[in-house]
Amino acid sequence: MTGTTPSVLPLAAVLVPALAAALAALTTERRRNLRDAWATLAGALMTVIVVAMLAGALDGRVHRTSLVEIAPGVELALRADPAGMIFGLLVSVLWVAAGVYAVGYMRGEHERKQTRFFTAFGLSIAAAAGVALAENLLTFVVFYELLSLFTYPLVTHRETESALSAGRKYLAYTLSGGVLLIGGTAWIYTLGIDGTFQAGGFLEGAGLSRATEWGLFVLLAAGVGVKAAVMPLHSWLPSAMVAPTPVSALLHAVAVVKAGVFGMMRVGVFVFGAALLEDMGAWLLLAVLSAATLLIGSMLALRHDNLKRRLAYSTISHLAYIVLGVALIGPLALTGALLHIVGHGVTKITLFFAAGAIHVRTHKENVSELDGIGRQMPVTMGAFTAAALSMVGIPPFVLFTSKLYLAWGAAEVGQQAFLVVYLLSGVLAAGYLFPIVFRAFWRSSPDHPRYGEADVRMVGPIAVTAALALLWGIAPDFPLGFLELASRVAADAFPGAGVMTAGGG
Amino acid sequence: MDQIPVFIPGAPLLLSLVVPLLGRAWRRSVFPVAALGIALSALASAFTLDRVLEGGPFRYWLGGWAPPVGIEYALDEVSAFVSLAITSVALLALISTRRWAEREAGDRPGVFYGLALLLVAGLTGIVLTGDLFNLFVFLEIASLAAYGLVFIGGRKAMVAGFRYLIIGSIGGTLYLLGVGFIYFATGTLSMAEAQELLGSSESGRAVQAGAAFIFAGLGLKMGLVPLHLWLPDAYEHAPSSVNSLIAPVMTKVAGYAMLRMTLSVFPPGYFTGAVPIADALLVLGLIGIVFGSVAAAAQSDLRRMLAYSSISQLAFIAVGIGLGTPLALAAALLHVANHAAMKGTLFLAAASIRLRVGLQRTHNLAGLGPRMPVTMGAFAVGAVAMVGIPPTAGFFSKWYMAQAGLQAGQWIVVAVVLASSLLTAVYLFRALEQVYLRPAKPEPSGRHHNGEDAEEHQPPSAAPPVRGVVARASEAPWDVWVPLALLAAATVALGVFNAAIMERVLLPGVTP
Repeated sequence: MTGTTPSVLPLAAVLVPALAAALAALTTERRRNLRDAWATLAGALMTVIVVAMLAGALDGRVHRTSLVEIAPGVELALRADPAGMIFGLLVSVLWVAAGVYAVGYMRGEHERKQTRFFTAFGLSIAAAAGVALAENLLTFVVFYELLSLFTYPLVTHRETESALSAGRKYLAYTLSGGVLLIGGTAWIYTLGIDGTFQAGGFLEGAGLSRATEWGLFVLLAAGVGVKAAVMPLHSWLPSAMVAPTPVSALLHAVAVVKAGVFGMMRVGVFVFGAALLEDMGAWLLLAVLSAATLLIGSMLALRHDNLKRRLAYSTISHLAYIVLGVALIGPLALTGALLHIVGHGVTKITLFFAAGAIHVRTHKENVSELDGIGRQMPVTMGAFTAAALSMVGIPPFVLFTSKLYLAWGAAEVGQQAFLVVYLLSGVLAAGYLFPIVFRAFWRSSPDHPRYGEADVRMVGPIAVTAALALLWGIAPDFPLGFLELASRVAADAFPGAGVMTAGGG
Repeated sequence: MDQIPVFIPGAPLLLSLVVPLLGRAWRRSVFPVAALGIALSALASAFTLDRVLEGGPFRYWLGGWAPPVGIEYALDEVSAFVSLAITSVALLALISTRRWAEREAGDRPGVFYGLALLLVAGLTGIVLTGDLFNLFVFLEIASLAAYGLVFIGGRKAMVAGFRYLIIGSIGGTLYLLGVGFIYFATGTLSMAEAQELLGSSESGRAVQAGAAFIFAGLGLKMGLVPLHLWLPDAYEHAPSSVNSLIAPVMTKVAGYAMLRMTLSVFPPGYFTGAVPIADALLVLGLIGIVFGSVAAAAQSDLRRMLAYSSISQLAFIAVGIGLGTPLALAAALLHVANHAAMKGTLFLAAASIRLRVGLQRTHNLAGLGPRMPVTMGAFAVGAVAMVGIPPTAGFFSKWYMAQAGLQAGQWIVVAVVLASSLLTAVYLFRALEQVYLRPAKPEPSGRHHNGEDAEEHQPPSAAPPVRGVVARASEAPWDVWVPLALLAAATVALGVFNAAIMERVLLPGVTP
């Protein structure tokens, strides 16, 4: 990451989804086909914009937009650096899929207030793009808070008593996390430190006392830890599953929780930096917490019969993979963590999409009711099976690659204990996902021929995301260069280490 | 061009005498004339601010008489900015509540608009004056106008207004007493001279007592805990046209006067040294922030909730003065403007709701969101700003205040300031949840028909047929919602462009 080049593209990546939200709001329910088309069109446009910034991110001419001086000496600025690009690409590509899927789902379930839904959806994507591309801490905070705000109407969309109470819980957690994050950020700027993210961190060598460093670490890590659902800050996530499934899929498998782990990566690697985390010993706290989350999350997933809840606990566990990868402080672990952001995104969204398709067709939401569903919805359940294989870490799916890097990274830094945690969790994932596949295909149910596949607007995205999970497992760099971006981030963050570059998987 | 500053309080003051007479002869003319008066005042404020930014602060001698004989206006970045903020908010409020004024002022609109102009004249006078006694005069002008306006609200308003009058008069008297002490000690009423003399002389007990009286008096006027008791009743029972005029600006100006005392009357660092006023303000401010929010969460009446919320927000200003650093003072001043915009938005939205459905208990407003999209959208923006979600205005006053607390090593300030946004979220998001996420009820529910607690359906005259039924409510007329939407937009703009305000206007203004 050497130079930057002024460009409007980063701003466009944030504005396009916001514009789509505005258009959806103006088009209203009367012309719903047009209204629902905006999201897909904008998703495609956003993907083009983000991809256009890819070359710059890779060859060191990072696209950058400076918007306005938001506080004395601090700019509200967006920058498409390699780390941000990974998240930005993931969000935009999956938004296209989720946009199409959401139309099928919302109509299939006859959801009310769809205009509000699509508006809030677009705004949430805009905020997530801002989180991805934020150049400095304050800009990050701005978009991180907006993300909490814009996703609230999505969580409470059904307007039932349980949705409202889940919404309150969601706000209580995310706003509290936001307050801690704001506190830490204000502290950094008060110390006279420039909060611009730098690979390798900017706090080291700032001459802070150890107590101050710990204070900042606790505030910032807890702030982003809420959205990353690191235990004990996780309990909003299963509750938020009352939201319609496209929300659970995109926001609670991709945008919101990934904003949390991405923030954790920003804090760990770009604020504190590897050397400082190691010197403080903060990495160990983070590693132990995330390892515990990883195992407990997986075990809790075993216990839940409700499919979406099971997936939610699985998400908690997989987010902890990423946090642990950041905490291990090694180039390979970091590469693995970044790849896992992508891999878990496409894999988990497939699982949620499938859960939603099943619900639309059968109104069933418990694992124990899914006997024989595979024969009735073969494409959906086939995709589900592929995603389940990926989650467990079977080659050649994408999560195999990322887990390989993570395990390799744990071995590289000599943390065999955490290597064992990674391996164990794969087994647990098999424990909570394979029974679903087994029931779907090898048991039969009296309902047998009653149901068919869902609408093509749902099945299509399911098949596409499952295919991506396979594609990015075989060729992580095709066509979006995820592994190259991740290696680049690792190389920048650990300038001394010899890093495996593209093709190493 | 040199005479422009006089129009800031002068235009509304002169027109306030004309309007009541005009009201007798030609009733329809009073509203445009009153709006014109405030608009002139806002325009003059903008010109003055521009001139200050170009050429630096200057002094304006009223009628050309130099002090100590004449009255001096101190026009600097801070006074011009605050004056612009309050006149703009007052203008928007006046336009947006015109329909309410028509109903509530009955057949004497001239009186209503005369008092409104008098209020604005008094408030801008307080902001601009560089003379301690003149400040008292303007303070009483503004207060008397406010009492009169509250009284328009009918029987309950009479009681609330009377209490307001008594407590406000005590506040004014305390202030005057304090000024007397300062005068005895220094022999001058000019703020600038007083600051010089107080700085050079050993400060005696007389000056300390004077300072204590002045701050107690202004504390009463701004509703600083524990001197806040008059405020919720006055805000709840005042007419809708009045509380959206008074609430955003009146108490803020008292807070501004307190800031003015700290900046321009007493020597820098005076309160942190000899007299523990700064510490007292800090403690009371912190208590006020928490108390106001908790009390607001306990209210079911929208306007009463907003009133307690004001108590909490005003306490921020006290905290800023208590910290006393330039950054803290600048944050407090920024909060004066931010809060005027945010609270103005919320009160105007409340007035608009009341206009269309006649209800204001939050639990009766369920389902109103989609039916009054602009009003409730503006309300949501105001609420989000109050909670302090970036990049709205409310975030940045908290941000700077937290930074000031960090600089001073006052951890408790940082914690309270940050936690206050969660407390604010409790009551405002609860309101938003009602409005947007719950279905409309067929009938409003109060505590049934036992007189006081049942929701009042007043005023009956000229009431649209849908009163009391959310399900059949519709958006307010455009002349109500356009100013409201502008104010909501200003709430966001003040946040996004706050750096320019801080760097060019406030930080230079508070640095000695």
